[in-house]
Amino acid sequence: MKISRITARAGKWLSEDGPHRQIVVSSRVRLARNLRDKPFPGWAKKAERIEVLKSVREAVESLAIMDEPIAENLEALSPLEKQVLVERHLISREHAAKGVGSAVVMNGSQTLSFMINEEDHLRMQAISSGLQLEKGFTLLDAADTELEPMLDFAYHARLGYLTACPTNVGTGMRASAMLHLPALVMSDQMNKVINSVNKIGLAVRGLHGEGSEAMGNLFQVSNQTTLGETELDIIERLNKVILSVIEHEQNARAVLLERKAITLLDQIGRAYGVMSHAHSISSKEALNLLSVIKLGVDLGLFPEAHRLPVDALFIETQPAHLQKGAQAQKMTAEERDSLRAALIRAKLGDVPEPDIAKIAIRASNTPKNDE
Amino acid sequence: MQCDVCQQKDATVFLTQIVGGKMQKVNLCESCSKEKGVNDPTGFALTDLLPGLGEAQNLENSDKTLKCPVCGFTQGEFKKAGRLGCSACYDVFIEGLEALLKNVHKGSEHIGKSPKEFLETRQYTEKIKALQSHLNVAVKAEEFEKAADLRDQIRRIEMGSEV
Ligand SMILES: [Zn+2]
Ligand SMILES: [Zn+2]
Repeated sequence: MKISRITARAGKWLSEDGPHRQIVVSSRVRLARNLRDKPFPGWAKKAERIEVLKSVREAVESLAIMDEPIAENLEALSPLEKQVLVERHLISREHAAKGVGSAVVMNGSQTLSFMINEEDHLRMQAISSGLQLEKGFTLLDAADTELEPMLDFAYHARLGYLTACPTNVGTGMRASAMLHLPALVMSDQMNKVINSVNKIGLAVRGLHGEGSEAMGNLFQVSNQTTLGETELDIIERLNKVILSVIEHEQNARAVLLERKAITLLDQIGRAYGVMSHAHSISSKEALNLLSVIKLGVDLGLFPEAHRLPVDALFIETQPAHLQKGAQAQKMTAEERDSLRAALIRAKLGDVPEPDIAKIAIRASNTPKNDE
Repeated sequence: MQCDVCQQKDATVFLTQIVGGKMQKVNLCESCSKEKGVNDPTGFALTDLLPGLGEAQNLENSDKTLKCPVCGFTQGEFKKAGRLGCSACYDVFIEGLEALLKNVHKGSEHIGKSPKEFLETRQYTEKIKALQSHLNVAVKAEEFEKAADLRDQIRRIEMGSEV
Protein backbone atom coordinates (compact mmCIF):
# COMPACT_ATOMS: atom_id res chain seq x y z
CA MET A 1 0.00 0.00 0.00
CA LYS A 2 1.21 3.44 -0.92
CA ILE A 3 0.09 5.11 2.28
CA SER A 4 2.41 2.83 4.25
CA ARG A 5 5.29 4.76 2.70
CA ILE A 6 4.03 7.70 4.75
CA THR A 7 2.95 5.98 7.95
CA ALA A 8 6.13 3.88 8.19
CA ARG A 9 8.49 6.82 8.74
CA ALA A 10 8.40 10.20 10.41
CA GLY A 11 8.09 13.49 8.53
CA LYS A 12 11.34 14.95 7.27
CA TRP A 13 10.86 18.24 9.13
CA LEU A 14 11.22 16.47 12.48
CA SER A 15 14.92 15.76 11.98
CA GLU A 16 15.68 19.11 10.36
CA ASP A 17 17.24 21.97 12.22
CA GLY A 18 15.09 25.10 12.22
CA PRO A 19 15.58 28.52 13.81
CA HIS A 20 14.70 28.62 17.56
CA ARG A 21 14.33 24.87 17.45
CA GLN A 22 14.61 24.46 21.24
CA ILE A 23 11.39 26.32 21.94
CA VAL A 24 9.57 26.34 18.60
CA VAL A 25 8.80 22.73 17.71
CA SER A 26 7.29 23.38 14.29
CA SER A 27 5.72 25.99 12.01
CA ARG A 28 2.66 25.35 9.90
CA VAL A 29 1.04 27.48 7.22
CA ARG A 30 -2.26 26.70 5.57
CA LEU A 31 -3.89 28.30 2.52
CA ALA A 32 -7.57 27.77 1.70
CA ARG A 33 -8.80 27.89 -1.90
CA ASN A 34 -12.13 27.16 -3.58
CA LEU A 35 -13.40 26.71 -7.11
CA ARG A 36 -15.60 29.46 -8.49
CA ASP A 37 -19.37 28.81 -8.35
CA LYS A 38 -18.99 25.20 -7.16
CA PRO A 39 -20.83 24.48 -3.90
CA PHE A 40 -18.46 24.33 -0.91
CA PRO A 41 -17.91 20.76 0.39
CA GLY A 42 -20.30 21.18 3.33
CA TRP A 43 -23.15 22.13 0.99
CA ALA A 44 -22.26 20.11 -2.13
CA LYS A 45 -23.99 16.88 -3.09
CA LYS A 46 -21.89 13.74 -3.26
CA ALA A 47 -21.65 13.83 -7.08
CA GLU A 48 -20.55 17.47 -6.98
CA ARG A 49 -17.89 16.72 -4.38
CA ILE A 50 -16.56 13.83 -6.46
CA GLU A 51 -16.37 16.06 -9.54
CA VAL A 52 -14.40 18.75 -7.67
CA LEU A 53 -12.18 16.11 -6.09
CA LYS A 54 -11.25 14.72 -9.50
CA SER A 55 -10.11 18.02 -10.97
CA VAL A 56 -8.36 19.27 -7.84
CA ARG A 57 -6.58 15.98 -7.14
CA GLU A 58 -5.31 15.79 -10.71
CA ALA A 59 -3.96 19.35 -10.57
CA VAL A 60 -2.31 18.87 -7.18
CA GLU A 61 -0.66 15.59 -8.17
CA SER A 62 0.87 17.29 -11.20
CA LEU A 63 2.63 19.97 -9.13
CA ALA A 64 6.38 20.15 -9.74
CA ILE A 65 6.93 20.87 -6.04
CA MET A 66 5.58 17.43 -5.07
CA ASP A 67 8.39 14.94 -4.78
CA GLU A 68 6.90 11.42 -5.06
CA PRO A 69 3.31 12.51 -4.26
CA ILE A 70 1.12 10.09 -2.35
CA ALA A 71 -2.61 10.54 -2.88
CA GLU A 72 -5.46 8.66 -1.26
CA ASN A 73 -9.20 9.12 -1.24
CA LEU A 74 -10.38 9.24 2.35
CA GLU A 75 -12.65 6.20 2.03
CA ALA A 76 -9.60 4.13 1.07
CA LEU A 77 -7.89 4.82 4.39
CA SER A 78 -8.49 2.76 7.52
CA PRO A 79 -9.49 4.60 10.72
CA LEU A 80 -6.01 3.82 12.08
CA GLU A 81 -4.24 5.27 9.05
CA LYS A 82 -6.38 8.39 9.27
CA GLN A 83 -5.57 8.75 12.95
CA VAL A 84 -1.84 8.43 12.30
CA LEU A 85 -2.12 11.28 9.76
CA VAL A 86 -4.04 13.35 12.33
CA GLU A 87 -1.40 12.77 15.01
CA ARG A 88 1.21 14.00 12.53
CA HIS A 89 -0.92 17.05 11.68
CA LEU A 90 -0.98 16.01 8.03
CA ILE A 91 -4.78 16.09 8.02
CA SER A 92 -7.23 17.70 10.42
CA ARG A 93 -9.55 15.75 12.68
CA GLU A 94 -12.39 17.23 10.67
CA HIS A 95 -10.89 15.87 7.47
CA ALA A 96 -10.34 12.43 9.01
CA ALA A 97 -14.10 12.23 9.59
CA LYS A 98 -14.72 12.55 5.83
CA GLY A 99 -15.24 9.68 3.41
CA VAL A 100 -16.26 9.49 -0.25
CA GLY A 101 -15.58 12.76 -2.09
CA SER A 102 -12.55 13.81 -0.02
CA ALA A 103 -8.86 13.06 -0.47
CA VAL A 104 -5.40 13.87 0.78
CA VAL A 105 -2.25 14.37 -1.29
CA MET A 106 1.13 14.53 0.45
CA ASN A 107 4.73 14.75 -0.65
CA GLY A 108 7.10 11.94 0.26
CA SER A 109 8.92 13.95 2.90
CA GLN A 110 5.59 14.85 4.59
CA THR A 111 6.29 18.56 4.62
CA LEU A 112 3.38 19.39 2.30
CA SER A 113 -0.17 18.11 2.49
CA PHE A 114 -3.23 19.00 0.45
CA MET A 115 -6.64 18.28 1.92
CA ILE A 116 -9.27 18.12 -0.80
CA ASN A 117 -12.87 18.80 0.22
CA GLU A 118 -12.28 19.45 3.88
CA GLU A 119 -14.25 22.58 4.74
CA ASP A 120 -12.93 24.23 1.59
CA HIS A 121 -12.30 22.60 -1.78
CA LEU A 122 -8.57 22.79 -1.18
CA ARG A 123 -6.53 23.39 1.93
CA MET A 124 -2.80 23.18 1.40
CA GLN A 125 -0.41 23.01 4.29
CA ALA A 126 3.35 23.24 4.78
CA ILE A 127 5.11 22.06 7.95
CA SER A 128 8.66 22.98 8.83
CA SER A 129 10.96 22.65 11.78
CA GLY A 130 11.46 25.57 14.18
CA LEU A 131 10.23 29.07 13.41
CA GLN A 132 10.01 29.23 9.62
CA LEU A 133 6.61 30.65 8.75
CA GLU A 134 7.91 32.60 5.72
CA LYS A 135 9.42 29.44 4.30
CA GLY A 136 6.08 27.65 4.60
CA PHE A 137 4.25 30.49 2.93
CA THR A 138 6.79 30.73 0.12
CA LEU A 139 6.35 27.03 -0.66
CA LEU A 140 2.56 27.26 -0.68
CA ASP A 141 2.61 30.52 -2.62
CA ALA A 142 4.56 28.77 -5.38
CA ALA A 143 2.23 25.76 -5.34
CA ASP A 144 -0.79 28.08 -5.46
CA THR A 145 0.64 30.04 -8.41
CA GLU A 146 1.30 26.78 -10.24
CA LEU A 147 -2.28 25.63 -9.60
CA GLU A 148 -3.84 28.91 -10.83
CA PRO A 149 -3.89 28.15 -14.55
CA MET A 150 -5.32 24.67 -13.87
CA LEU A 151 -8.06 25.54 -11.37
CA ASP A 152 -10.50 28.45 -11.50
CA PHE A 153 -10.07 29.77 -7.95
CA ALA A 154 -12.90 31.85 -6.46
CA TYR A 155 -11.44 35.34 -6.07
CA HIS A 156 -13.20 38.59 -5.32
CA ALA A 157 -11.61 41.92 -6.28
CA ARG A 158 -12.26 43.41 -2.84
CA LEU A 159 -12.61 40.39 -0.52
CA GLY A 160 -9.80 38.27 -1.94
CA TYR A 161 -9.94 34.48 -1.88
CA LEU A 162 -13.45 33.30 -1.00
CA THR A 163 -13.84 30.56 1.59
CA ALA A 164 -16.70 28.51 3.05
CA CYS A 165 -16.33 30.34 6.36
CA PRO A 166 -16.11 34.15 6.22
CA THR A 167 -13.43 34.06 8.93
CA ASN A 168 -10.93 32.73 6.36
CA VAL A 169 -11.73 35.12 3.54
CA GLY A 170 -9.00 37.34 2.05
CA THR A 171 -5.68 35.57 2.23
CA GLY A 172 -7.27 32.25 3.25
CA MET A 173 -4.13 31.84 5.33
CA ARG A 174 -3.63 30.46 8.82
CA ALA A 175 -0.10 30.41 10.08
CA SER A 176 0.82 28.81 13.38
CA ALA A 177 3.81 27.81 15.44
CA MET A 178 3.91 25.15 18.13
CA LEU A 179 5.82 26.32 21.19
CA HIS A 180 7.22 24.34 24.11
CA LEU A 181 6.88 26.57 27.18
CA PRO A 182 7.58 24.57 30.35
CA ALA A 183 9.13 27.40 32.36
CA LEU A 184 6.24 29.81 31.70
CA VAL A 185 3.84 27.10 32.90
CA MET A 186 5.95 26.19 35.95
CA SER A 187 6.13 29.83 36.98
CA ASP A 188 2.37 30.39 36.50
CA GLN A 189 2.82 32.98 33.77
CA MET A 190 1.00 31.21 30.95
CA ASN A 191 -2.40 32.79 31.53
CA LYS A 192 -0.83 36.21 31.34
CA VAL A 193 0.83 35.30 28.04
CA ILE A 194 -2.41 33.87 26.61
CA ASN A 195 -4.37 36.97 27.54
CA SER A 196 -1.89 39.45 26.11
CA VAL A 197 -1.51 37.52 22.85
CA ASN A 198 -5.30 37.20 22.49
CA LYS A 199 -5.67 40.93 22.85
CA ILE A 200 -3.67 41.63 19.73
CA GLY A 201 -5.78 39.38 17.54
CA LEU A 202 -3.69 36.24 17.66
CA ALA A 203 -4.75 32.97 19.28
CA VAL A 204 -2.79 30.86 21.76
CA ARG A 205 -4.06 27.56 22.96
CA GLY A 206 -2.75 24.44 24.54
CA LEU A 207 -2.12 21.31 22.57
CA HIS A 208 -4.15 18.44 24.07
CA GLY A 209 -6.03 20.51 26.62
CA GLU A 210 -7.81 23.75 27.35
CA GLY A 211 -6.32 27.10 28.28
CA SER A 212 -3.14 26.95 30.31
CA GLU A 213 -3.76 23.31 31.27
CA ALA A 214 -1.85 22.18 28.21
CA MET A 215 -0.37 18.73 28.36
CA GLY A 216 3.28 18.54 27.49
CA ASN A 217 3.48 22.34 27.90
CA LEU A 218 2.88 22.68 24.18
CA PHE A 219 1.03 25.71 22.86
CA GLN A 220 -0.01 26.82 19.43
CA VAL A 221 0.09 30.48 18.39
CA SER A 222 -1.84 31.39 15.24
CA ASN A 223 -3.41 34.33 13.42
CA GLN A 224 -7.13 34.96 13.93
CA THR A 225 -7.75 37.31 11.03
CA THR A 226 -7.20 36.87 7.31
CA LEU A 227 -8.58 40.03 5.69
CA GLY A 228 -6.98 43.48 5.49
CA GLU A 229 -3.33 42.49 5.78
CA THR A 230 -0.92 40.87 3.35
CA GLU A 231 0.25 37.33 4.05
CA LEU A 232 3.72 38.55 4.95
CA ASP A 233 2.35 41.25 7.29
CA ILE A 234 0.39 38.58 9.16
CA ILE A 235 3.51 36.41 9.40
CA GLU A 236 5.61 39.34 10.55
CA ARG A 237 3.10 40.12 13.29
CA LEU A 238 3.17 36.48 14.37
CA ASN A 239 6.96 36.37 14.30
CA LYS A 240 7.21 39.40 16.54
CA VAL A 241 4.85 37.91 19.10
CA ILE A 242 6.47 34.47 18.95
CA LEU A 243 9.94 35.95 19.42
CA SER A 244 8.71 37.82 22.46
CA VAL A 245 7.12 34.65 23.90
CA ILE A 246 10.44 32.86 23.31
CA GLU A 247 12.21 35.61 25.22
CA HIS A 248 9.74 35.33 28.10
CA GLU A 249 10.24 31.58 28.21
CA GLN A 250 14.02 32.02 28.28
CA ASN A 251 13.75 34.56 31.07
CA ALA A 252 11.45 32.26 33.01
CA ARG A 253 14.01 29.47 32.63
CA ALA A 254 16.79 31.71 33.91
CA VAL A 255 14.69 32.75 36.91
CA LEU A 256 13.80 29.12 37.70
CA LEU A 257 17.48 28.17 37.54
CA GLU A 258 18.35 30.97 39.89
CA ARG A 259 15.53 30.74 42.41
CA LYS A 260 14.02 27.28 42.08
CA ALA A 261 16.97 25.16 41.06
CA ILE A 262 16.06 22.40 43.51
CA THR A 263 12.46 22.19 42.31
CA LEU A 264 13.68 22.08 38.73
CA LEU A 265 16.28 19.39 39.47
CA ASP A 266 13.69 17.41 41.39
CA GLN A 267 11.26 17.45 38.47
CA ILE A 268 13.91 16.46 35.95
CA GLY A 269 15.31 13.75 38.24
CA ARG A 270 11.84 12.30 38.87
CA ALA A 271 11.03 12.37 35.17
CA TYR A 272 14.28 10.53 34.51
CA GLY A 273 13.33 7.89 37.09
CA VAL A 274 9.86 7.36 35.63
CA MET A 275 11.18 7.35 32.11
CA SER A 276 13.69 4.60 32.82
CA HIS A 277 11.68 2.49 35.29
CA ALA A 278 7.94 2.87 34.63
CA HIS A 279 5.97 0.00 33.08
CA SER A 280 2.72 1.79 32.42
CA ILE A 281 2.43 5.38 31.21
CA SER A 282 -0.74 7.14 30.08
CA SER A 283 -0.72 9.44 27.08
CA LYS A 284 -1.05 12.49 29.32
CA GLU A 285 1.75 11.41 31.65
CA ALA A 286 4.00 10.69 28.67
CA LEU A 287 3.54 14.18 27.24
CA ASN A 288 4.34 15.84 30.56
CA LEU A 289 7.28 13.52 31.10
CA LEU A 290 8.73 14.17 27.66
CA SER A 291 8.30 17.91 28.20
CA VAL A 292 10.46 17.80 31.32
CA ILE A 293 13.10 15.62 29.60
CA LYS A 294 13.12 18.02 26.66
CA LEU A 295 13.69 20.90 29.06
CA GLY A 296 16.54 18.85 30.57
CA VAL A 297 18.14 18.57 27.13
CA ASP A 298 17.72 22.32 26.58
CA LEU A 299 19.44 23.02 29.92
CA GLY A 300 22.34 20.73 29.06
CA LEU A 301 21.47 18.12 31.72
CA PHE A 302 21.10 15.44 29.05
CA PRO A 303 23.32 15.06 25.97
CA GLU A 304 22.21 16.92 22.85
CA ALA A 305 22.18 13.60 20.93
CA HIS A 306 18.95 12.67 22.72
CA ARG A 307 17.02 15.69 21.47
CA LEU A 308 15.71 14.02 18.33
CA PRO A 309 14.51 10.78 20.02
CA VAL A 310 12.71 12.85 22.67
CA ASP A 311 11.06 15.08 20.04
CA ALA A 312 10.05 12.01 18.02
CA LEU A 313 8.48 10.36 21.09
CA PHE A 314 5.99 13.22 21.43
CA ILE A 315 4.40 11.80 18.26
CA GLU A 316 5.34 8.11 18.61
CA THR A 317 3.61 7.79 22.00
CA GLN A 318 0.24 8.95 20.60
CA PRO A 319 -2.42 6.20 20.54
CA ALA A 320 -2.57 5.54 16.80
CA HIS A 321 1.20 5.50 16.44
CA LEU A 322 1.42 2.91 19.22
CA GLN A 323 -1.35 0.80 17.72
CA LYS A 324 0.31 0.92 14.32
CA GLY A 325 3.51 -0.61 15.72
CA ALA A 326 1.68 -3.22 17.79
CA GLN A 327 1.07 -6.88 17.05
CA ALA A 328 -2.33 -7.00 18.74
CA GLN A 329 -5.40 -6.30 16.61
CA LYS A 330 -6.82 -3.60 18.81
CA MET A 331 -5.08 -2.81 22.07
CA THR A 332 -6.87 -1.94 25.27
CA ALA A 333 -5.91 1.27 27.06
CA GLU A 334 -3.90 -0.82 29.54
CA GLU A 335 -1.97 -2.55 26.78
CA ARG A 336 -1.28 0.81 25.17
CA ASP A 337 0.02 2.30 28.43
CA SER A 338 2.35 -0.63 28.91
CA LEU A 339 3.58 -0.50 25.30
CA ARG A 340 4.09 3.27 25.67
CA ALA A 341 6.28 2.77 28.74
CA ALA A 342 8.25 0.05 26.93
CA LEU A 343 8.77 2.29 23.91
CA ILE A 344 10.04 5.15 26.07
CA ARG A 345 12.41 2.80 27.93
CA ALA A 346 13.67 1.41 24.63
CA LYS A 347 14.22 4.80 22.98
CA LEU A 348 15.63 6.60 26.00
CA GLY A 349 17.22 3.69 27.85
CA ASP A 350 20.72 4.88 27.05
CA VAL A 351 20.20 8.46 28.27
CA PRO A 352 22.73 8.99 31.08
CA GLU A 353 21.65 10.31 34.47
CA PRO A 354 21.06 14.07 34.53
CA ASP A 355 24.33 15.95 34.80
CA ILE A 356 23.25 17.92 37.85
CA ALA A 357 26.54 19.78 38.16
CA LYS A 358 25.21 22.04 35.39
CA ILE A 359 22.53 23.37 37.70
CA ALA A 360 23.87 22.70 41.21
CA ILE A 361 26.77 25.11 40.74
CA ARG A 362 24.44 27.96 40.01
CA ALA A 363 22.07 26.97 42.79
CA SER A 364 24.79 26.94 45.45
CA ASN A 365 25.94 30.38 44.35
CA THR A 366 22.52 31.84 44.86
CA PRO A 367 21.34 33.09 48.23
CA LYS A 368 18.13 31.47 49.42
CA ASN A 369 15.36 33.91 48.65
CA ASP A 370 12.60 31.62 47.52
CA GLU A 371 9.13 33.14 47.30
CA MET B 1 -29.22 25.01 26.19
CA GLN B 2 -29.31 24.10 22.50
CA CYS B 3 -26.29 23.31 20.35
CA ASP B 4 -25.39 26.29 18.13
CA VAL B 5 -24.43 24.11 15.18
CA CYS B 6 -27.19 21.49 14.77
CA GLN B 7 -29.72 23.38 16.90
CA GLN B 8 -31.17 20.06 17.93
CA LYS B 9 -29.25 18.39 20.71
CA ASP B 10 -28.39 19.78 24.11
CA ALA B 11 -25.12 21.64 24.34
CA THR B 12 -22.51 20.09 26.61
CA VAL B 13 -19.36 21.82 25.37
CA PHE B 14 -19.07 25.55 26.05
CA LEU B 15 -16.40 27.61 24.39
CA THR B 16 -15.36 31.17 24.96
CA GLN B 17 -12.77 33.16 23.12
CA ILE B 18 -11.72 36.76 22.89
CA VAL B 19 -11.52 38.00 19.32
CA GLY B 20 -10.66 41.62 18.63
CA GLY B 21 -11.37 42.49 22.27
CA LYS B 22 -14.84 40.96 22.11
CA MET B 23 -15.88 37.89 24.05
CA GLN B 24 -17.50 35.21 21.96
CA LYS B 25 -19.35 32.18 23.21
CA VAL B 26 -20.34 29.05 21.36
CA ASN B 27 -22.27 26.12 22.79
CA LEU B 28 -21.97 22.73 21.15
CA CYS B 29 -23.38 19.26 21.64
CA GLU B 30 -21.04 16.30 22.06
CA SER B 31 -21.27 15.06 18.47
CA CYS B 32 -20.93 18.49 16.83
CA SER B 33 -17.91 19.34 18.97
CA LYS B 34 -16.29 16.08 17.83
CA GLU B 35 -17.20 16.62 14.23
CA LYS B 36 -15.93 20.21 14.26
CA GLY B 37 -12.73 19.03 15.86
CA VAL B 38 -12.93 21.61 18.65
CA ASN B 39 -11.04 19.31 20.99
CA ASP B 40 -8.20 19.38 18.54
CA PRO B 41 -6.26 22.59 19.07
CA THR B 42 -3.58 21.40 16.69
CA GLY B 43 -6.08 21.90 13.94
CA PHE B 44 -7.41 25.28 13.03
CA ALA B 45 -11.04 24.31 13.60
CA LEU B 46 -11.51 26.38 16.72
CA THR B 47 -10.02 29.51 15.20
CA ASP B 48 -12.34 29.04 12.25
CA LEU B 49 -15.43 28.07 14.15
CA LEU B 50 -15.79 30.54 16.99
CA PRO B 51 -15.81 33.90 15.26
CA GLY B 52 -17.79 32.48 12.34
CA LEU B 53 -20.63 31.06 14.38
CA GLY B 54 -20.87 33.85 16.89
CA GLU B 55 -20.94 36.54 14.25
CA ALA B 56 -23.31 34.82 11.86
CA GLN B 57 -25.88 34.55 14.63
CA ASN B 58 -25.63 38.27 15.21
CA LEU B 59 -26.85 39.01 11.70
CA GLU B 60 -29.97 40.87 12.81
CA ASN B 61 -32.89 41.94 10.59
CA SER B 62 -31.50 39.88 7.74
CA ASP B 63 -33.89 38.30 5.27
CA LYS B 64 -33.70 34.59 6.04
CA THR B 65 -35.26 33.66 2.70
CA LEU B 66 -32.63 35.47 0.62
CA LYS B 67 -31.30 32.72 -1.67
CA CYS B 68 -28.16 32.24 -3.76
CA PRO B 69 -29.21 31.61 -7.40
CA VAL B 70 -26.09 29.53 -8.06
CA CYS B 71 -26.20 27.01 -5.19
CA GLY B 72 -29.59 27.50 -3.53
CA PHE B 73 -28.18 28.34 -0.08
CA THR B 74 -30.30 30.75 1.99
CA GLN B 75 -29.25 33.49 4.39
CA GLY B 76 -31.19 31.65 7.11
CA GLU B 77 -28.96 28.62 6.61
CA PHE B 78 -25.89 30.82 6.77
CA LYS B 79 -27.05 32.26 10.07
CA LYS B 80 -27.40 28.75 11.41
CA ALA B 81 -24.18 27.23 10.13
CA GLY B 82 -21.79 30.19 9.91
CA ARG B 83 -20.72 28.80 6.54
CA LEU B 84 -21.70 29.83 3.02
CA GLY B 85 -22.91 27.61 0.19
CA CYS B 86 -20.61 28.69 -2.65
CA SER B 87 -18.43 31.59 -3.77
CA ALA B 88 -21.40 33.31 -5.44
CA CYS B 89 -23.13 33.49 -2.02
CA TYR B 90 -20.72 36.31 -1.12
CA ASP B 91 -22.34 38.56 -3.74
CA VAL B 92 -25.85 37.59 -2.69
CA PHE B 93 -25.41 38.03 1.08
CA ILE B 94 -22.87 40.85 0.86
CA GLU B 95 -24.97 43.30 2.88
CA GLY B 96 -25.05 41.21 6.03
CA LEU B 97 -21.54 39.93 5.44
CA GLU B 98 -19.91 43.36 5.36
CA ALA B 99 -20.67 44.02 9.03
CA LEU B 100 -19.63 40.51 10.02
CA LEU B 101 -16.32 40.80 8.18
CA LYS B 102 -15.65 44.17 9.78
CA ASN B 103 -16.11 42.63 13.24
CA VAL B 104 -14.03 39.56 12.54
CA HIS B 105 -11.11 40.96 10.56
CA LYS B 106 -8.46 43.67 10.66
CA GLY B 107 -9.69 45.40 7.54
CA SER B 108 -12.44 45.11 4.97
CA GLU B 109 -10.30 44.95 1.85
CA HIS B 110 -7.95 42.23 0.70
CA ILE B 111 -4.44 43.53 0.06
CA GLY B 112 -2.59 40.21 -0.10
CA LYS B 113 -1.86 37.86 -2.96
CA SER B 114 -4.05 37.92 -6.07
CA PRO B 115 -4.23 35.42 -8.91
CA LYS B 116 -1.86 36.37 -11.69
CA GLU B 117 -4.67 36.48 -14.21
CA PHE B 118 -6.59 38.95 -12.08
CA LEU B 119 -3.53 41.14 -11.62
CA GLU B 120 -2.79 41.08 -15.32
CA THR B 121 -6.26 42.10 -16.40
CA ARG B 122 -6.25 44.90 -13.85
CA GLN B 123 -2.82 46.14 -14.84
CA TYR B 124 -3.71 45.69 -18.47
CA THR B 125 -6.84 47.82 -18.34
CA GLU B 126 -5.14 50.45 -16.20
CA LYS B 127 -2.18 50.64 -18.55
CA ILE B 128 -4.37 50.98 -21.62
CA LYS B 129 -6.39 53.68 -19.89
CA ALA B 130 -3.23 55.62 -19.07
CA LEU B 131 -1.81 55.29 -22.59
CA GLN B 132 -5.13 56.35 -24.07
CA SER B 133 -5.11 59.58 -22.09
CA HIS B 134 -1.49 60.26 -23.11
CA LEU B 135 -2.58 59.69 -26.68
CA ASN B 136 -5.44 62.19 -26.36
CA VAL B 137 -3.04 64.81 -24.99
CA ALA B 138 -0.55 64.14 -27.77
CA VAL B 139 -3.23 64.47 -30.44
CA LYS B 140 -4.48 67.73 -28.95
CA ALA B 141 -0.94 69.07 -28.84
CA GLU B 142 -0.49 67.94 -32.44
CA GLU B 143 2.51 65.77 -31.49
CA PHE B 144 1.71 63.31 -34.24
CA GLU B 145 4.91 61.30 -34.08
CA LYS B 146 4.43 60.65 -30.37
CA ALA B 147 0.73 59.88 -30.93
CA ALA B 148 1.63 57.29 -33.56
CA ASP B 149 4.08 55.62 -31.15
CA LEU B 150 1.46 55.52 -28.42
CA ARG B 151 -1.14 54.09 -30.80
CA ASP B 152 1.29 51.34 -31.79
CA GLN B 153 2.03 50.56 -28.17
CA ILE B 154 -1.68 50.28 -27.32
CA ARG B 155 -2.19 47.98 -30.29
CA ARG B 156 0.73 45.79 -29.24
CA ILE B 157 -0.66 45.48 -25.70
CA GLU B 158 -4.11 44.68 -26.99
CA MET B 159 -2.71 42.00 -29.27
CA GLY B 160 -0.90 40.52 -26.30
CA SER B 161 2.59 41.00 -27.72
CA GLU B 162 3.53 43.44 -24.97
CA VAL B 163 2.51 43.56 -21.33
ZN1 LIG C 1 -24.99 19.74 17.69
ZN1 LIG D 1 -24.13 30.08 -3.33
